Amino acid sequence: MTALLRTEGIMKAYGGVQALNGAAIAVEEGTVAGLIGPNGSGKTTLFNVITGYERPDAGHVWFGNWQITGLAPDKVFAAGIGRTFQLTRIFPRLTVIENMLIAAQSKDRPKNLLAWPGRDAWTHHRRHAMDLLAFLGIERHADVLAGSLSYGQRKLLELAYVLVADPAVILLDEPAGGVNPTLINLIGDRIRQLNTDKGKTFLLVEHNMEFVMGLCSTITVLESGATVVSGPPDIVRTDKRVLDAYLGADLDEETAGNEEGR
Amino acid sequence: MNEARRTGRSLPDLGTAAKGGGLLLVIVIAVLFPQVFTNPAVTNYGVLTLIFVTCATAWNIFSGNTGYISLGQAVFYGSGAYAMGIAARDWHIEGTAVFWLLPFSGAVGAVVAVPFGLIALRVRRHTFIVITIAVFFIFQLMAFNFWFTGGSSGLNSPFLSWPATTYNTPFYYIALGYVAGSVVIAWLVRRSRFGLQLRAIRDDEDRARGLGVKAMRVKLAAFAISGTITAMIGAVWFYYINQVEPQTGFDPLFDLTLVLMVFLGGFGSISGAVLGALIIEPLTLWLNTQPAFSGSVSEIMLGAIFLLVVLFMPRGIIPTGGEFITKLRMRGRPAVTITGPASSTPSAPPVSSGGAR
Repeated sequence: MTALLRTEGIMKAYGGVQALNGAAIAVEEGTVAGLIGPNGSGKTTLFNVITGYERPDAGHVWFGNWQITGLAPDKVFAAGIGRTFQLTRIFPRLTVIENMLIAAQSKDRPKNLLAWPGRDAWTHHRRHAMDLLAFLGIERHADVLAGSLSYGQRKLLELAYVLVADPAVILLDEPAGGVNPTLINLIGDRIRQLNTDKGKTFLLVEHNMEFVMGLCSTITVLESGATVVSGPPDIVRTDKRVLDAYLGADLDEETAGNEEGR
Repeated sequence: MNEARRTGRSLPDLGTAAKGGGLLLVIVIAVLFPQVFTNPAVTNYGVLTLIFVTCATAWNIFSGNTGYISLGQAVFYGSGAYAMGIAARDWHIEGTAVFWLLPFSGAVGAVVAVPFGLIALRVRRHTFIVITIAVFFIFQLMAFNFWFTGGSSGLNSPFLSWPATTYNTPFYYIALGYVAGSVVIAWLVRRSRFGLQLRAIRDDEDRARGLGVKAMRVKLAAFAISGTITAMIGAVWFYYINQVEPQTGFDPLFDLTLVLMVFLGGFGSISGAVLGALIIEPLTLWLNTQPAFSGSVSEIMLGAIFLLVVLFMPRGIIPTGGEFITKLRMRGRPAVTITGPASSTPSAPPVSSGGAR
């Protein structure tokens, strides 16, 4: 059984702080996997290592049979791993549709650099982009500057423009963070839909336990940069080490306090 | 209220017509200018202003789109001027044939832009600005010290035996051609996928790279386009004023003036760069002719204008004015409310309002 996305023994230190200390994770193709752990346990750092924003001190990242350790972010993205950021990173002074087209243009090498967006080669990208915006319910704002969107809409836009390039694996850093409950449900539904209908593989970092437990088939727990346990939600929920990692906090309490750390 | 709504609705069409008409009017005025004002003192203002309109537009193609503020644009201006001067001297080219050296000057600008960009574009923001200034001074020092640049006395251009009364007119139309060319290029860049990539870099370069934008290549291309245009117009300027010296070809005030022009008119806006140059350059020339403002007083005044612009209109005339017009148009219409997703996909729960927080 080989996982689509796998890390082995990832080490990463910032000065004296060992952010990642042998973190290992395996994401099966076609699943929604979760990555949880207390604040500072290295979840986002692991994302950065996988997507090429940080170079690990040691260890390997495998994408299928391909070792992608240390590849530049654009190469990782082109390989088929898309990601969103904890603090959403959109292009505020581009319109929503322009944000989408930036991600779309990575798919085919530009033959004509002076091509007008919205003309010729762009038309199908534009249509595809509009479909995705509709899928996430923000198509009405296509021509608005992305900087004027609300926080939740930015999260949706970021997800939409990651999807536009059609990556095989999508890494989501706190997709439900700071978002109202209705929108959390929408995001959850869309992830489920993409997973079942299109077979997309997801790996998500999230503090909202209800969200994670309801969505993910496998959950990996990280503590102090190392993997504590990995398995289905039911097992992880009751694992003693996990409860310890969360400082003895009852997981139900954790659910109620999902705003912490922001 | 009703009336306001009606005006609001008809304004967009009116706006497009007004834009087209305005553009046509500007072109007609620009073309007829030297026919109406034949006094060489006046056409001199025209030529120098058009040269600066080109420079500001070229600067804006790179800096305005990417947000990288270059203070080394004079490197291209001076290199273009020197390239023409040296080539004309060493290859014994004279008279109007010298104008055939303009593409050569442009090529020199592009050749200079590549290593310059490869060094400077590795870093961002303040560090980038400092490096462009450093490269600028290196070029000025080279112009002072190399054996082929004429040292501190610089170079003289070949003599043009045109009558003094109409001497400026051909230069005026050449400079106008460069204005037209550079504005068209700026517009093409703006509308293209290339321009979109540049503006994505301006907003978040790391994210753009993560989405597959080849940042270095794209920035370098814009830098080279900007440098090529600037070098060519630098050569026109050189032939027009008949000489170049290290401190005029590589003039530190040149870049500050460009920045002032573009910031006044509108950073990143094509018409803004043009407008800024149309205001600042004649003003500078006029101030220099006034005994009361002679010497550094005019420079102090430009500095004061710069401060005022940055403090009170940081986005420049065109964006600020555009916003005002949009506000006028929107008057009487329901405000554009940005709400949460009203989902059209069946499986999603209906969402009535409000994304977030």
